[in-house]
Amino acid sequence: MAESISRSLRDGCLEGEHAPALTIEDSLACPLGSHVFDHFLANLASQIADGTSQARGLVLVALNRSPSFYIDLLRRKGVDASLVDKWVRILDCYSDPLDWKDRIPPLMNVQKPSTRENVSFFRDVRDINKLLSSVLDLGKGFVGQGKTRFAVAVDLVSNLLRHTSLPSVAGLLNNLRSNDQISCIFWLIHSDLHEPRVSTALAYVSTVVASVQPIMQLTDEHRSRRDFLWLEKNSCKAKFYVRLKRRNGRVKLLAEELHMDQVGVKFAAVTSENSFVNKSLLPKVQFNLQLSDQERVDRAKVVLPYEHQGNGEAIQIYDGRRSLSDDQKDPHLVQPSTFSVMTDAQATSGNGEIHYIRDSDDEQPDSDEDPDDDLNI
Amino acid sequence: MNPSPPPPRDPDLLEEALGLGRGGSPPWRLAFVEDCVETSGAFVLHHFLKRALSTEGDGTVVFLGLAQPFSHYDRVLRKMGCNLSVQRNKNKLHFIDLLNLEFLGERRLSNEKGENDIEIGFMDLYNRILRSIEAIRSKDYNGGWTTIIIDDLSHLEIAAHGSAKHVLDFLQYCRSLTSEMDCSLVILNHEDIHSSDEALQMLSHLDYISDILIKAETLSTGIAADVHGQMTVIIKDAPGGLIKKLHSFQFKVKENGVEFFYPGSRF
Repeated sequence: MAESISRSLRDGCLEGEHAPALTIEDSLACPLGSHVFDHFLANLASQIADGTSQARGLVLVALNRSPSFYIDLLRRKGVDASLVDKWVRILDCYSDPLDWKDRIPPLMNVQKPSTRENVSFFRDVRDINKLLSSVLDLGKGFVGQGKTRFAVAVDLVSNLLRHTSLPSVAGLLNNLRSNDQISCIFWLIHSDLHEPRVSTALAYVSTVVASVQPIMQLTDEHRSRRDFLWLEKNSCKAKFYVRLKRRNGRVKLLAEELHMDQVGVKFAAVTSENSFVNKSLLPKVQFNLQLSDQERVDRAKVVLPYEHQGNGEAIQIYDGRRSLSDDQKDPHLVQPSTFSVMTDAQATSGNGEIHYIRDSDDEQPDSDEDPDDDLNI
Repeated sequence: MNPSPPPPRDPDLLEEALGLGRGGSPPWRLAFVEDCVETSGAFVLHHFLKRALSTEGDGTVVFLGLAQPFSHYDRVLRKMGCNLSVQRNKNKLHFIDLLNLEFLGERRLSNEKGENDIEIGFMDLYNRILRSIEAIRSKDYNGGWTTIIIDDLSHLEIAAHGSAKHVLDFLQYCRSLTSEMDCSLVILNHEDIHSSDEALQMLSHLDYISDILIKAETLSTGIAADVHGQMTVIIKDAPGGLIKKLHSFQFKVKENGVEFFYPGSRF
């Protein structure tokens, strides 16, 4: 599934269609969304560098991590540094998003970090229109006008939503998606920082929503934010749910597994072993809380009293006082000499019957003795 | 004959958990210290303060004091063997007194740029931190690590009239400062005041930007004379990222310091 997403980003958009848009969402329960974002970013950057993608460049809007982080990331992932400088532009909304640094005196006697040519500062994240035009200008700056397209990545929409409203952010993403020069666009959001309607609104703007969720779902016991042992167990593995919106309107939901290793994220088909994970959450006690297979079969064979067995025969109820006949294989089946219920057909035949069940074996038939006489009430 | 300098002491459990070792720079940038009403985490800040200003290293500190006056910390650290007044005179400690919380303005209406007095106040506070770092590194600076300590986040929220957005914006700038200026940030936060849904989101925001969480809490078995609480240190591989390591041990706060030990190792 992740491969198909990478291909979709690589292939870009068809003529007359809006660009494919990918939402990656995660939460603190499974904070692997940034790694998934890095994975798709590095893949797309490699494809751009190789010339195999529709996009001829990439504009990265960095709100959550510094531009130097991404440059190091792409270098570690094997993208040639010269090609990064040539085909990747980073709009730095991380270092000075509110234009504070321009209004305070600069540091003296302190060596400032060197700026790179492919990094542009953006100092007013509250102005969405200016952000949109900056992204488009950066992209056009290195792919030019005309038919050439470029890709856009936004590293954390959650940070944008802190500065501006949801309609503004949704409008920005929609405007980017519908621009003729955008090949594809993808972004990351932390779903637990917002109301559910935010994720829903962004899902409507997207063609693909990829959700990173924990392998083991939260139980009431783990509801505390600080169940660290539970978090540790979930840290390296996750479920990767993908909701694809086809052009014809059909929505497909697919799932993969995701795990982290030294290199980065790896995706794999869903395995059955995780279905046993929750079973292992039973408390470790000295008695067996589970049923064996034989016990399950036996339980299924139990004939419950006062329940229609549904096999066309008269309902028979075991009263527990008669010994079993040798012919009866199932000990729970009723003896024919005890109480029996007539079927409807027999009841309407006109042959009434009265069956009397003694309360105990000691009771004599036709006794006038009131069994409650000895209560001394 | 000059006496030889005392041998460097072994790192305690907290320092080992934080990868601080014997002096040197920490391998992290932003640490949150969480405490609650039953167990104050102030001793952790005192511990960081003393360690950063110790003679073993060349560390410096910028301390934002919102909860207590300078004299309080001076008194506490003296009992721990550290004279803050001397350190301040030696340009190793810059104490920014914010006790009256008047550093942020009252006007909440925004100007044409979308700013209000609260944002301008935080911008000024950020400027004061920069000036302190500039002063620290202007003369006789020998490359030591700078630690910015904020005591505490809840007072910042009070000063911001409950505006989590402005506090988070300020923290964003402090966070970017840690990578630009090679310094680290330690912030005390009272977890139990964030009980509403909106406040829980604030805690989530903090979780996403921190790479270390130090949690001081009471023992699950209750109050004890020899053990004052339990400490959990969570090391993440990246801000808001995967948990890389988890350390848990107990502590006892004394007049001249704090002892950290594993459960059952004290008699």
